[in-house]
Amino acid sequence: MSAFFAVIRRDLILAFRRRAEIANPLFFFILVVTLFPLGVGANPKLLQTMAPGIIWVSALLAVMLSLDSLFRSDFDDGSLEQMLLSPHPLTVLVMGKIIAHWLVTGLPLLVVAPLLAIFLGLPEQALGTLLITLVLATPVLSLIGAIGVSLTVGLRRGGMIISLLVLPLYVPVLIFASNAVEMAGNGLAVDAQLNILTAIFFMSAVLAPLPAAAALRMSVN
Amino acid sequence: MNSFAEFLAMGGYGFYVWTSYGIGFVVLLLNILIPIYQRKQLLRELALKQKRAK
Amino acid sequence: MSIIPAPIVRFYHKTASPPYFYNLSNKLMPWLSCIFLMLLGYGLYSGLYLAPTDYQQGDSYRIIYLHVPAAWMSLFIYVLMAVAGAISLIWRMKIADVVLISSAPIGASFTFIALVTGSLWGKPMWGAWWVWDARLTSELILLFLYLGVISLYGAIEDKRTASKAVAILALVGVVNIPIIHYSVQWWNTLHQGPTVSKMGKPSIHIDMLIPLLVMAVAFKFYYAIAMLQAAKVEILRREQNTQWVKKLLEQKQ
Repeated sequence: MSAFFAVIRRDLILAFRRRAEIANPLFFFILVVTLFPLGVGANPKLLQTMAPGIIWVSALLAVMLSLDSLFRSDFDDGSLEQMLLSPHPLTVLVMGKIIAHWLVTGLPLLVVAPLLAIFLGLPEQALGTLLITLVLATPVLSLIGAIGVSLTVGLRRGGMIISLLVLPLYVPVLIFASNAVEMAGNGLAVDAQLNILTAIFFMSAVLAPLPAAAALRMSVN
Repeated sequence: MNSFAEFLAMGGYGFYVWTSYGIGFVVLLLNILIPIYQRKQLLRELALKQKRAK
Repeated sequence: MSIIPAPIVRFYHKTASPPYFYNLSNKLMPWLSCIFLMLLGYGLYSGLYLAPTDYQQGDSYRIIYLHVPAAWMSLFIYVLMAVAGAISLIWRMKIADVVLISSAPIGASFTFIALVTGSLWGKPMWGAWWVWDARLTSELILLFLYLGVISLYGAIEDKRTASKAVAILALVGVVNIPIIHYSVQWWNTLHQGPTVSKMGKPSIHIDMLIPLLVMAVAFKFYYAIAMLQAAKVEILRREQNTQWVKKLLEQKQ
């Protein structure tokens, strides 16, 4: 357990030393969202109906782009190998790294999401639901992404492949999360969507570290 | 369906039906032919290598 | 292992050896081809000629005999790949790796066929080449899953590592397929247009059903043939420095 927290602390310290790593996905997220009105026109009604989808697709892409930082530097400087050799179970250490990654990339998205909701004219009653879906679903993105990243960390040019591996698996999250926000905007109940997202969250929290750890073992050897 | 021409016309949907089947069978055929070609190529290469080694 | 009867264990170990598998697939090939061609001939004849015209869709529904079996195969092959992946990860069976990676292009082909025929069927029925129908959409995502497997295998230089990576990916994918499938279905019922139900469950006549099932079985045999052909290449490539391949080459000359 102490190793688990040590991993989280170490990754957070490293991330704060390289602040760009925290800021980049965030700026990317805001930038993509700003591109949509420029692309489809500034019709407030259109933007309002598209808002949940725009925010969620952008969040998906932002998290996906940040995935590379999850294991890349550890792979390059050999500390990943140390982790594999350490007596602690690898799944626990991987889980620690995923949580640190979420704290650095997923959590900031929560902070700027209300701002973007205002940009796009999302109804205020949907704001709470937007935050809840982000809390439930961005960890899932990090968890599933960890599998993809650990499969490709050994590759020099894994960037394109990771999107092919990870984005199809993000589909359920996108569907339920953006739909919940949309329904909340119309003043409808969203219990079903939130329950499903919760189930997906717990399932991926339990299951995802296993293939991620197996894939890391394979990538390093 | 009495005549062959009527069979080909498929009640006016001939284009869609026959294009579907055409594409389907080309793809399925390629899946068989490509490995056979690759195997022949590989066997030829390996045989050449073996000859050179002797 | 003691629960499993001895002959099965022996069969398992035998098939797991590459030369045996190679020879076995050579021996099976004529039988498989023969059965496949017979089933295909009957399936096409009864599907395209004998089966009655649909009173709603006319003859365009005959695409079903390609579209639906192809869609079934696309799922079937992915599940089979995951099973092969599990076998290769647990028992480190070399042949399972070969089966997995040889199956991927065939599965992708069937997915592609299901998409193209779905679109060709949709044009006269829906009036558009593409409609975001639940089944077509999940088929499209399945195609991406196949392409992920194929490109991951291609990207990793060391093929033993690549096989392992692909096995893990196939297992992750197979867990996700039902979730993706149901989420897409759920998404679709919320956004459904009025025309989509036209292709929904037609009450299928028995004369229309039989060709469908025959085609489905024929495609299983087709898969066995195509997979074994691809597997033979893969085995030769991996085993090119072994004694049995050298002997095989000498026999050929």
